[in-house]
Amino acid sequence: MQVEILLFASLRERVGRAEVSLEVPESLTVGELLSPLAREIPSLEGRLGQVRVAVDREFSDPADRVPAGVEIALIPPVSGGWQGRVR
Amino acid sequence: MTIGLVGEPIEVESILQETSAADCGALISFIGTVRNHHHGRRVLRLEYTAYEPMAEREMQSIANTLRDRWPVRAVSMVHRLGVLEIGEASILIALSLAHRKEGFEALRYAIDRFKARVPIWKKEVYRDGASEWVEGS
Repeated sequence: MQVEILLFASLRERVGRAEVSLEVPESLTVGELLSPLAREIPSLEGRLGQVRVAVDREFSDPADRVPAGVEIALIPPVSGGWQGRVR
Repeated sequence: MTIGLVGEPIEVESILQETSAADCGALISFIGTVRNHHHGRRVLRLEYTAYEPMAEREMQSIANTLRDRWPVRAVSMVHRLGVLEIGEASILIALSLAHRKEGFEALRYAIDRFKARVPIWKKEVYRDGASEWVEGS
């Protein structure tokens, strides 16, 4: 099955696209998504270590199966908010 | 009560106004601002981007937890996206409660949770012309 994966921030800039497609087996888990992705898109190689995967806009578990037709997004470490510390 | 993302300067006064409640004695708020340095480098400005539908969902989830766990009457939580200059507000979180004590705990939770979960990213532009996506904060 084909999956669409949304890219953001540093990954989007690195790949030069907001979305990539990948052909994967039906029984794939979230954890099994990253290696084939890095093979397919070499500019992602070595950059996926700290990435979390969101499925249908929720953080997923690596053991979760990836059903067809869901919205998948790679979430690099987030940096919203501000730079200071609350004392 | 306003929960969400905005593309222009945060309207702090009006959001505080709408979050306050006539029968609540405490209106507790936090505003995060853009600082002019990071890890020893001089920052000129920031650019914030988000996975917007998920960011809004996560913000709503934080607000729901605040109301479940603490006696919070109203929550407002706004993050600004786009290019921000030094000193501008990137985030406002405001809570109204009957009394202040639990409010500080609730606010602290909201801030920590926000930083860990909401898919928003910032890119820093430095004085030397370089720019960099900040990974984690």
